[in-house]
Amino acid sequence: MGLGMVLGAMITTVFLPSPDLVLPISEATWTALAELGLQDREGLVPSSLFSWSGLTTVPGFVLIVVGGFLVGFGARYADGCTSGHAISGLSNLQLSSLAAVIGFFAGGLFVTHLLLPLIL
Amino acid sequence: MTEQTLGRPEPKWPYLLLGVYLGVVFLKTEVISWFRIQEMFRFHSFHMYGVIGGAVVVGALGVFLIKRTNVRTLTGRTIVFPAPEDTRPGPQHWLGGTIFGLGWGLLGACPGPIYALIGAGVWVMFVALLAALAGAWMYGLLRSRLPHG
Repeated sequence: MGLGMVLGAMITTVFLPSPDLVLPISEATWTALAELGLQDREGLVPSSLFSWSGLTTVPGFVLIVVGGFLVGFGARYADGCTSGHAISGLSNLQLSSLAAVIGFFAGGLFVTHLLLPLIL
Repeated sequence: MTEQTLGRPEPKWPYLLLGVYLGVVFLKTEVISWFRIQEMFRFHSFHMYGVIGGAVVVGALGVFLIKRTNVRTLTGRTIVFPAPEDTRPGPQHWLGGTIFGLGWGLLGACPGPIYALIGAGVWVMFVALLAALAGAWMYGLLRSRLPHG
């Protein structure tokens, strides 16, 4: 499935590319990110952080390596991720999935509003 | 082990096909974008809520139809869903979910989109994939000492 997703994204990038160089993200989000000092808007991810040179900076390392580690650890511990709990679990009205989704948002809101201003 | 789980294993090719489909959907809906995840956690747009909410509606319809028609897997196994009342949240859901959310906020991608971003040419996400595998491995090491319900 992972291999399939890599292939699917490659096929999309080559044969069904998006005409937008900059995604139509809300202006309020661009403003908030600019206030954190993040100016690059092109592509799927901010390339100043999500690149080989970005990986060698402290904020880039925290986002990619610490973020990736927590995603892997949390998905195993919670027994599911966004697709497993938020989509499949909620589709079956599972209370455990609702708890996990509340946790996803508690963690994400904490990072976005309290942690990112400190590390970016 | 029941008789059913000892039978012929499910074929792998449907996973590959569904993965390709999901990769296309992830890219065209822009949900693998770090910027979209930021927009979601700042409540600046309906975009992500529309995609995830739409998927839950389609998923709920799928669960309903599978239960209603008793459709089987390719090898003839019955598909069993946990009864919603049997899914009491435990500390693993609250704590694990929050740890996952911390990572989601930082990385701006959950496990599936990590693969799709590699396919989209964001090569440094291969490092995020290795870090996620290290996280899953660390969970295995600490499992017996972590609270579970």
